[in-house]
Amino acid sequence: MNDHYDVLIIGGGPGGAMAGKAVAEAGLSCCIIEKRPAIGTPVRCAEGVGQEIYDFIDLDPKWVSARIQSAELVAPNGQVIELSSEMAGNEVGYVLDRKMFDRELIWRAANAGSDVYVKTRAVDAIVEDGAVKGARVEYAGEIRNISAKIVIAADGVESKFARWCGIDTTVPMNELETCVQYLMTDIDIDSSVNVFYLGNEMAPEGYVWIFPKGERTANVGIGISGKKCKDGSRPKDYLDRFVQEKFPKGKIIELIVGGVSACRPLRSTVANGLMIVGDAARVSDPLTGGGIINAMYTGKLAGEVAAECIKEGNLTAAVLKKYDTIWRESAMGKGIERNYQIKEIMIRLSDQKMDSILSSVQKMDLEVIGTKEIVRELIKYNPWLLKEMSNLKKILG
Amino acid sequence: MLSIRREICGYCGACVSVCPEGALELIDAYLTVDADRCRDCGICARVCPLGALEVADERSL
Repeated sequence: MNDHYDVLIIGGGPGGAMAGKAVAEAGLSCCIIEKRPAIGTPVRCAEGVGQEIYDFIDLDPKWVSARIQSAELVAPNGQVIELSSEMAGNEVGYVLDRKMFDRELIWRAANAGSDVYVKTRAVDAIVEDGAVKGARVEYAGEIRNISAKIVIAADGVESKFARWCGIDTTVPMNELETCVQYLMTDIDIDSSVNVFYLGNEMAPEGYVWIFPKGERTANVGIGISGKKCKDGSRPKDYLDRFVQEKFPKGKIIELIVGGVSACRPLRSTVANGLMIVGDAARVSDPLTGGGIINAMYTGKLAGEVAAECIKEGNLTAAVLKKYDTIWRESAMGKGIERNYQIKEIMIRLSDQKMDSILSSVQKMDLEVIGTKEIVRELIKYNPWLLKEMSNLKKILG
Repeated sequence: MLSIRREICGYCGACVSVCPEGALELIDAYLTVDADRCRDCGICARVCPLGALEVADERSL
């Protein structure tokens, strides 16, 4: 490990790996540090992604667990609504094997020339004259100072680096989805369908998911709002009840826990010498909880902008802000804001209203499955939505 | 005073993200609390997916 790099990246998940690859490809020196002893584990993820994955990487069976052709929404009253693409047999998304996927991304960063160190943890930020200048890291039991022109914080939902730089990254309790997932096997599922269960009894301000991982195997999980979580009604309690009823004979071969932010992204994702990406920037989708693609997008973009700014020799927040502006104006940034508004509406719906809305979905003729299209169709059949929720008009633009 | 039940904790970091004081930290496979920073607000104990955290006195919630 060198004492100095052009860019130091905190965290070796998809955001950090994409950033590292972009920096190294621009010909600059780069180091990714990961506090865990292995890239890709433990998994903290339901592993679902949409077609946007193709913007970053070609599919490889090594890290694709299942190809998804349709989704089913199960309404609070039990009614099942199927959403599939117009063309039968088309894939609408994938369930990944994150253990392999994360390694593939890190390998690509390393192959491009980035250093990678595992079991290496940032313990503090080095800040001089109001600018981030590197990190103090613990490496093999020894504390070292690593200086860098730019530090990219890709340290996930439990991010501390940006906080050490003076940025408040606290997720409000009511906007933290608290999640438990079992990797289950020997269960009866359709391995090409993602299933979502909605309703306040099932998962208050969240949902239960079944994401196939192959034949008779799936991620079966739940996320609920932190404010609905307390002793006796924690996500594990809800999930155990669900599994007992639905898959009483299934075997649980992995316990996965985690938190997903459903708040708006950080007010600013840059400071002097610092850029924040992925879950650490709170750019996971507030409606679906999806974070992989958003982390990859922001990570790659941050790496590209960092390299540009270093070559130009200006590392101030005002210049790095380009990264912040680009992602906010991107389809991803706009999607986050729209889905935040939709989430705010969804969490206030009674089960009865949810049933009524979902029953109209069956009349839908979807050409594209996207949140915006679904909401527009929903309003057509449930005009009262507009009256009650004045924000919707704004969202649909 | 926050107590961490290590036999229950899944070291996921959900608690770290909601701590307003930055008192919690996930170090690889174990969670630590900085007793000087922790104000016993109990927010972390509320959101824990497994119920691994306990505050002896939750008056401030």
